[in-house]
Amino acid sequence: MAAEEGKVDPMKQFQIEPLFGSNWDIAGFNIAFTNSALWMAITVVLLWVFVAGGMKRELVPGRWQMAVETFTGFIDDMLEANVGKEGRKYVPYIFSLFMFILFANLLGLVPIGLIPGVHAFTFTSHFTVTGVLAVISFSIVLAVGFWKHGFKFFSLFVPHGTPLWLMWLIPVIELISFLVRPFSLALRLFVAMMAGHVLLKVLSSFVIDSVNGGAVFGAFIGVPSMLLMIAISALEILVAGIQAYVFALLTSLYINDAEHLH
Amino acid sequence: MPQIDQLLETWSSQVFWLLVFFGITFFLIGRGMVPKVMSTVALRDKQIADDLAAAQGARDAADDQEEAWRERENENRAKAQGLIGEAKAKAAAASEKKLTAAQKRLDTKLAKAEAAIEEARTTAMGEIEDVAAEATQDIVSRLAGAKVDKRTARTAVKKVLANG
Repeated sequence: MAAEEGKVDPMKQFQIEPLFGSNWDIAGFNIAFTNSALWMAITVVLLWVFVAGGMKRELVPGRWQMAVETFTGFIDDMLEANVGKEGRKYVPYIFSLFMFILFANLLGLVPIGLIPGVHAFTFTSHFTVTGVLAVISFSIVLAVGFWKHGFKFFSLFVPHGTPLWLMWLIPVIELISFLVRPFSLALRLFVAMMAGHVLLKVLSSFVIDSVNGGAVFGAFIGVPSMLLMIAISALEILVAGIQAYVFALLTSLYINDAEHLH
Repeated sequence: MPQIDQLLETWSSQVFWLLVFFGITFFLIGRGMVPKVMSTVALRDKQIADDLAAAQGARDAADDQEEAWRERENENRAKAQGLIGEAKAKAAAASEKKLTAAQKRLDTKLAKAEAAIEEARTTAMGEIEDVAAEATQDIVSRLAGAKVDKRTARTAVKKVLANG
């Protein structure tokens, strides 16, 4: 791969390649099955396998069932803490969101690039994907807010204790911060995932180039870069979890706004 | 940056497949499987709570029974203590009676014995007087050659004995 060219393109890992169905269309829009779609499929299958393993419904859970129940309990507790009793009905959505992002992030870190010709693809490093997830979350917030509170939902933009003479400013700021939410939600995940993967690729190019450059370069640049890569890989696993958690947490906080206004 | 370079050619595919696969995730896993997992957890929590309540109930019942047993035990003990006390008092009274009877018997015996001794002494004393009177008559007749009748001799002996 890159070693033969003597150069690593840190952006190549984000390249989308159609696998089949390049000419599939829906109403004129291309829906080719790409490597991105393939990894979404893998994510769903693995997630299904994971949750299905916890469906034995035993009174005394085994390890696998315990693991699955830990995740559902984690989401349940998070919604209970942030939204309250009404939060329980959002568990299926937040659980799907959290686990889907978590599995996608972690699968993108699996070093299956070691097998020649196979590349991992992290679809959460594409803002088309994170954007759709953010829009779904934001739509739920809007739908719940207007369905529950009607036009009173707009009172969300007037926090408690706003002085009357600031009425011309505060709601505008609140409105902007509200409208920015889907963008910040989408960009945060996309940037975090992309930055980590780019950094790993850049460091790997340091390793390869310095070793090609000779033993001295290899020892003084290649070895430290390699150590740094190992450390950053560990950090990336943490980031994969944290970003999934942040996405789910912020969504639940926004749902709380919609459920309870302020 | 492929995310932007390929945006126009790939966005529809990305959005479509994401909706398909996230939809599967949500409807199949999120709505289909997660509630079952959570109901299992709820069932277990309920079972544990019930078991704990049952254990608490059993413990309370045991405590009650122990309390009742203790009460009964105390009652029995008090009763037994009463019986022992009564028996002791009865025994003490009986032995007292026996002792008094024995004492009385001893006293009468003693009194009898003393009377007998007294009588013996008096008789002995009388005999001594007789003997002494005769001896006196004898002595006087021999020494003085005078005859002393029995009554005078006796009076003299009595006088001397009373002084002695």
